[in-house]
Amino acid sequence: MTNSGEEKRKRVKRPRGKVRLIEGKCIACGGRCQAECPVDAITLNDKGEPIISLEKCIGCRKCVKVCPVSAIEHYYTDEELRIIEELKKQGLWKEEQIEEKEERKTEGLDEYRGVWVFVEQQDGCAATVSWELLGVGAKLATDLGVELSAFILGDSIEHLAYEAFAYGAQKVYLIEDPILKDYRTEPYLKGTVDLIRKYKPEIVLMGATGLGRDLAGAVATELETGLTADCTGLTIDKERGLLEQTRPAFGGNIMATILTQNHRPQMASVRPHVMPMPPRNPDAKGEIIREKLNMREEDIRVKVIEIIREEQAEKIDIAGAEVLVSGGRGMQAAENFKILEELAGILGGTVSASRAAVDAGWMPYERQVGQTGKTVRPKIYIACGISGAIQHLVGMQDSDVIIAINRDRDAPIFEVAHYGIVGDLFQIVPILTRKLREIAAKKCAA
Amino acid sequence: MKVAVCIKQVPDTEAEIKWDTQKGVLKRDSIDPITNPFDEFAVEEALLTKEKYDCEVYAISMGPERAQDVLRNALALGVNGVYHIMDESLSGSDTFGTAYALAAAIKKIGDVDIVLMGRQSTDGNTGVVPGELAAILGYTPLTYVAKIREIDFQGKKIVVERAIEGGFEVVEGKLPAVVSVIKGINEPRLPNLMGIRKAAKMEIPKWTCDDLGIEKNKVGLSASATKVVEISVPPPKSQGEILKGELDEIAEALASKLLDLKIIK
Repeated sequence: MTNSGEEKRKRVKRPRGKVRLIEGKCIACGGRCQAECPVDAITLNDKGEPIISLEKCIGCRKCVKVCPVSAIEHYYTDEELRIIEELKKQGLWKEEQIEEKEERKTEGLDEYRGVWVFVEQQDGCAATVSWELLGVGAKLATDLGVELSAFILGDSIEHLAYEAFAYGAQKVYLIEDPILKDYRTEPYLKGTVDLIRKYKPEIVLMGATGLGRDLAGAVATELETGLTADCTGLTIDKERGLLEQTRPAFGGNIMATILTQNHRPQMASVRPHVMPMPPRNPDAKGEIIREKLNMREEDIRVKVIEIIREEQAEKIDIAGAEVLVSGGRGMQAAENFKILEELAGILGGTVSASRAAVDAGWMPYERQVGQTGKTVRPKIYIACGISGAIQHLVGMQDSDVIIAINRDRDAPIFEVAHYGIVGDLFQIVPILTRKLREIAAKKCAA
Repeated sequence: MKVAVCIKQVPDTEAEIKWDTQKGVLKRDSIDPITNPFDEFAVEEALLTKEKYDCEVYAISMGPERAQDVLRNALALGVNGVYHIMDESLSGSDTFGTAYALAAAIKKIGDVDIVLMGRQSTDGNTGVVPGELAAILGYTPLTYVAKIREIDFQGKKIVVERAIEGGFEVVEGKLPAVVSVIKGINEPRLPNLMGIRKAAKMEIPKWTCDDLGIEKNKVGLSASATKVVEISVPPPKSQGEILKGELDEIAEALASKLLDLKIIK
């Protein structure tokens, strides 16, 4: 008799629960939950949010674990709760622990040591982002207790090695070859990949410039490792010794922290002006390690025929400006930028624009601030008629002082502004310019 | 003589985005999916190439069901054919997984001389897929192209102008090549009503991983070398000060603040 009793108990199905979407939290990441579901219980609606079939759901919680914003929760239905109560009475219910599966470490990762920074150069002049990267690289190397090195490719560029020492590199890996005179993907790729394969750095940082993006993508593909582009923050997870890479994700509306756990090197790129310049110590010394480029000109699929330099006078570098007066959709027309030019004039600044203003044809592309334009960190940023889409904010939020003028009090620009003025920019800007002129005139007289 | 153009559907991130600060989430009602703006230049360049050299143009997009909208738009503009790469296993792919799947589709189309694509997407913004795609296919990478000067399909050569720091370089590359284009290379056309009508009726062929012979361990979320381990909503800073009062007072206050910052010498 006891036997049949036990059988009966076994037949009670152990409740596994179901999952549901927490209203308003889904960011439509592209259906990670759907991809993970083993029983096809999840479909996506046209907004890209999951629709969960409770009939099919087996409560395995795979979707819960994979959701980047914890938008899916596990729960028990009323009926299941009743069964659980019953099981509890019989002492047969134990709360399940969701076990965190520890990522298996791929062998050989420990062979990789050291932080490397790519020094990007053109005609022997280094891109300043390279030095900015040495600044953040030094911090990472200290936290890991490893060396900071730079690697430089080019033709007759030894002088840059000393510059790299001055900005904190302890070692410089150098490949000099006439083939490397002008940047071309193939020879730079070959040189970089050979260096990384031979010396095995654990972290490789590159500038997210045109050249840097071109090279970084190719290198990561060749080495079959992860690349996190356009990072805005780089830190070390001290417990595991991993590079924590933070960047705007899913259209820039949220920040994601990204790890490259099982591949080496951990590659990341950072845009110019995102990291501060480190101090320069001209007396710093280091070791230069020379390598050869194992490639012949005939093997290269690309030839540079000619380089056309733009007139320096025409070139406006908003990224280097100390004061930026920036206009957005609220400027309404190209001619209205005149009032911003007047304000910028008195402040010794430059006029920049949001993407909306550039797309409307009011300002040229080289003046565009934001994710698809330039990242700037001036001392003063005055945003006029810019609502502040996150793509704009990520391009200017590190400015020392941000002043926003906008009619809409709820515009996101006010969330990053140090000083905000809610009102009509066409009234405020001219008055401000006049006040500043008066002050300047008084100072001059005194 | 075949040209493939890769296009991506992205959220219209320039639509006004507002935060629901109570819930700490994005108000999504206003965000419609659109063709990645940079890819519109690639499509236009492909159409111009078609008109000039009488080649065939195929558009490819990878994405969920709704991504077929961007392909339909390309059809309306006049491409010869489109292919929609759609497979649940591809969801959550990183840039490598994306490039790998696109490469498989390009191989399946066969004899593609030029792959055109935008320099980057406006949602992921990494700008590394063109380089990765070229590396996987073994094609010549030509990124940040501001002008295609000449294509010699028979001689397997292309001459382009690439944007570089402080100017342009004129480069000759061997075909096949992956060409990523920048804003301003052309003026993208709009589809006409006839084109839209015609495209609305057309069947959009779908390719799954199996169709493309994609090894599933190379794509999708689980294959990504990079893993998102934490997501945070940028906290509203809002320690800023809203200046209030009459216009004159506000301007006065702001002027004195600028003075304090020692901007006016």
